[in-house]
Amino acid sequence: MAKIVVDGQEIDVPAEYTLLQACEAAGAQIPRFCYHERLSVAGNCRMCLVEVKGAPKVVASCSQQVKDQRPGPNGEPPEVFTASDKVKKSRAGVMEFMLINHPLDCPICDQGGECDLQDQAVIYGDAESRYCEVKRAKEEVNMGPLVKTEMTRCIQCTRCVRFVTEVAGVPEIGAIGRGEDMEITTYLEMALTSELSGNVVDLCPVGALTSAPYAFNARPWELRKTESIDVMDALGSNIRIDARGADVLRIEPRINDDINEEWLSDKGRHACDGLRRQRLDKAYVRKGSKLVEANLDDALDVFAKKLQEAPEKIGFIGGDLANVETLYAAKSLANSLGIKNLDCRQDGALIDDKAGRGGYIFNSTINGIEEADCILIIGSNPRLEAPVLNARIRKAYLAGKLNNIALIGPSYDLTYPYENLGNSVKILEDLAKGKGDFFKTLSNAQKPMIIIGMGAYAREDGDKVAKLIAEIGLKAKIVNDDWNGFNVLHQAAGRVGGLDIGFLPKDGGKSTNQILKDCDTIILLGADEVEAPDNKFVIYIGSHGDKGAHNADLILPAPAYTEKQGIYVNTEGRVQYATPAVSPKGDAKEEWALFRAVSAMIGKKLPFDNISQLRGKLKEEFPSFAVNDGEIAQNTKLDLRFVGEGGNPTSEIFTPQIDDYYLTNAIARASLIMAKCSALKAQSTTKVAAE
Amino acid sequence: MVGILEDKDRIFLNLYGLQDWGLEGAIKRGAWNGTKDIIDAGRDWIITEGKASGLRGRGGAGFPTALKWSFMPKEVKDRPHYLLINADESEPGTCKDREIMRHDPHLLIEGALIASFAMQAHTAYIYIRGEYVYEREILEAAIKQAYEAKLIGKNNKHGWDFDLYVSHGAGAYICGEETAQIESLEGKKGQPRLKPPFPANAGLYGCPTTVNNVESIAVMPTILRRGAAWFAAIGRPNNTGTKVFSISGHVNKPCNVEEAMSIPFKQLVEDHCGGIRGGWGNLKAVIPGGSSVRMITAEMAETVLMDFDSLSALKSGLGTAAVIIMDKSTDLVAAIARLSYFYKHESCGQCTPCREGTGWMWRVMERMVKGQAEHREIDLLLQVSQQIEGHTICALGDAAAWPIQGLIWNFRHEIEAKIDAYRANKPHVQGASLAAE
Repeated sequence: MAKIVVDGQEIDVPAEYTLLQACEAAGAQIPRFCYHERLSVAGNCRMCLVEVKGAPKVVASCSQQVKDQRPGPNGEPPEVFTASDKVKKSRAGVMEFMLINHPLDCPICDQGGECDLQDQAVIYGDAESRYCEVKRAKEEVNMGPLVKTEMTRCIQCTRCVRFVTEVAGVPEIGAIGRGEDMEITTYLEMALTSELSGNVVDLCPVGALTSAPYAFNARPWELRKTESIDVMDALGSNIRIDARGADVLRIEPRINDDINEEWLSDKGRHACDGLRRQRLDKAYVRKGSKLVEANLDDALDVFAKKLQEAPEKIGFIGGDLANVETLYAAKSLANSLGIKNLDCRQDGALIDDKAGRGGYIFNSTINGIEEADCILIIGSNPRLEAPVLNARIRKAYLAGKLNNIALIGPSYDLTYPYENLGNSVKILEDLAKGKGDFFKTLSNAQKPMIIIGMGAYAREDGDKVAKLIAEIGLKAKIVNDDWNGFNVLHQAAGRVGGLDIGFLPKDGGKSTNQILKDCDTIILLGADEVEAPDNKFVIYIGSHGDKGAHNADLILPAPAYTEKQGIYVNTEGRVQYATPAVSPKGDAKEEWALFRAVSAMIGKKLPFDNISQLRGKLKEEFPSFAVNDGEIAQNTKLDLRFVGEGGNPTSEIFTPQIDDYYLTNAIARASLIMAKCSALKAQSTTKVAAE
Repeated sequence: MVGILEDKDRIFLNLYGLQDWGLEGAIKRGAWNGTKDIIDAGRDWIITEGKASGLRGRGGAGFPTALKWSFMPKEVKDRPHYLLINADESEPGTCKDREIMRHDPHLLIEGALIASFAMQAHTAYIYIRGEYVYEREILEAAIKQAYEAKLIGKNNKHGWDFDLYVSHGAGAYICGEETAQIESLEGKKGQPRLKPPFPANAGLYGCPTTVNNVESIAVMPTILRRGAAWFAAIGRPNNTGTKVFSISGHVNKPCNVEEAMSIPFKQLVEDHCGGIRGGWGNLKAVIPGGSSVRMITAEMAETVLMDFDSLSALKSGLGTAAVIIMDKSTDLVAAIARLSYFYKHESCGQCTPCREGTGWMWRVMERMVKGQAEHREIDLLLQVSQQIEGHTICALGDAAAWPIQGLIWNFRHEIEAKIDAYRANKPHVQGASLAAE
């Protein structure tokens, strides 16, 4: 700790704090454009100038540390002034320079109302312009379908350049030219190839980079802002849903240092236009070959009747976006009817709760990645399965401690260097026997991590592969008293919640594939990625008219994740509460309410009348939910001996789990923006003959 | 005798290229003489002697050279030390390093060895300006000679393994700034870095690095051979030694000349340049230290001494000692407008005040050349220059601001006269809106 005096107030701060941080700790406001907590320091906007006693010039507070400051002649702590006349004059001067070549087009600029330049110009700038020369204009740059550019507004803060280079790991934006001709550009006039590209819009302090899908849609003060949870992957990134009227207009990340810092994947951010298309707002019953609109009560009658058939011929399949309440209500209903055919693993992943909670969650936690010194990724492409988590691995790699990363599976561009040990289960067998150089690295590591993707589980011998991995873990001692390096990286937002409440075929129940084969009535809880044979009676409960609904014989409309309350448990086992931003469409009713209604119709009334009662029951039954919003239940001891099932794996290679990042769920498939991204991606991966 | 400095006290004996630049000629002139003894005397002795000589950096800022060396870590730890010799001589008016490199390269190479030894560097780089093609060829040939003679290289005669490389810039003025030069040498875009950390802590490839001007390095062997006292006796306290002046502009015989520090300006011009074109009375203004410093008037030039302190007392500076002389035929406003264009063109664009301000100042200057401005814009221009000065990452912002400040402080009437002349006989002039013309 070091002492420093800010505007006459003496405070104690860590010596490696920048002056800017120290000033903020003392409660002083420091304007800035280029400085960003999560990016490297550029020091180029010169807006954060402060006066340091004894220094001949004002200094950029973002670029100097407290420990760099000299004490006074008698050892007094260094003194900083943030509001002296000199500082005010300097800031006004810099602000004037910022504005001379910035267009006065605020009325037609999408950044208006949430523009750093606008805000700071009001506070720190002069009222009048003294510049009467010709203003500079720049040509637009193509940054793809998500980022709209208006480069004339650019103030060259280079935040976007630093973001794509450092965080996203795709150095595709840079500054060319010099002096007043310097411009930010994608070198090759190509769309950004990052799954995190939308974040540059948030980072841009002016209107140079704005959200293309949201262009000219609304002003920030018109929007109703709701804090919620992203469901496009299993990270549970914290989001803010901005809505006007009945429409979700955009989704922005919220800061949560434990999960997404302040980033959000492009799918989480931009799939929201899918919430306006292909919506199920009415119940439908199949009459002949056609689905006919039906009254919700009539539809529930059909549902009730179907539920009273033989329980061993009824099966529930939980979809990827199903929240805990949905699955819990479904399970309660199934239990009361003696139905054992429940499965929340629509991809057929052979992952279960036999080894306890630690056997299926990301035990090291996302923050733990930054402590790890060795990572082995098996059957996963984290860049597509969890782009924000992948950025965290890259961050750890850049910090220098994480020097050994290896992958078993197909090669991917993960934005950091790794060793591909090969795409073969044989390698797992060797490692489990303690063979190979990498085994030494893994077992010598202080904080080793094994990250297992669904690519390892979602195969016929998934449990056997899991057993092999657990053996490697045991041999390399990745689990000890202070560290648990066994990590499952899920892709589905609803999966961990489903496993937590045991939405699994137990006591002889059927799993997904068997349900599809053997059951006569199949109830899909938003499960769109399964194919039910034609001769089955399929009941689809969900929000979008996607694959599942097309095959259905009965459709019950349900709200999407932005329209209902819900608990989601992320891949770390973190319990988070989503809140509705807009009302459900049409007749849509929350799933748990549908089950509650139908249970009363068949005389098996479920013991809750509202969502609070449901959650009360849930917490009673499953203590892992009895934690605060955003916390992880702390009782997960993992014994790796119980993970998986012994036997010889039957297949050799691991296959990629995500073919098209932009189209992984019903909402994304309904989104035009995601379709555009997907088409662009397909185009760019098609090799031209000469290449 | 002409001037102050006697021939026996000159360091650059082949400044005019009249003799052999090669190793043989250089040895005849005294280079590589006793280098082993200097190195055997140890690095502490070198740095102490260097400090005692009072040598101040010859690149423009005038920071004591040996003091800079002493900032390097005392011990080499996990990171190697580097010496980087700044030969990116791009300051308008300056052409002294060029003469050293093409006519006396061995003094520089010897200095590089000694300096590297003093800061425990085994590798030094010479970053040479892109336009200096011929100079690079000579320098590379001279380095080859030194390698072949085992004066430098692995297992050389002097017992300090030392490699010297020449790296060619691409002609950007900003790469003369030490941290931008480091960036450029690393293969990146030449943009100054934030300081701290200073290069002595984290410079080239993050390793301790000292960046010195060519002349600072090239004079060091002779200082150490002849003793600090000899060097310190030339000039006046705090401004010691000899200095190569580059005198250009309206003098009868523009030249490079090695002279004693603190020589009166008048004597320098009269003795070495054949006087001002048209006589002393025809002198109008002098830029005494390369384009970046503020100009001084003829009256000031009458008595000024050519050294750091005397010139900074006049709010100008010795800079690189590139003296630009302008007689009464000069349109000072146009001259400074040209410099403004230079700085606008050479600004790296990284930080706001310089990126935006240099263009603004140049545009106003261009209008003022034609008189298409308002009187109040003179103060505006001065304010803009002060808004840039001291607010930027590197000194280029200051360098762009000072010529204009020098002009306005000393020759405001010239700008006013131009504005008045433009307005004369015009019934109605819209002032600043003329910019749109």
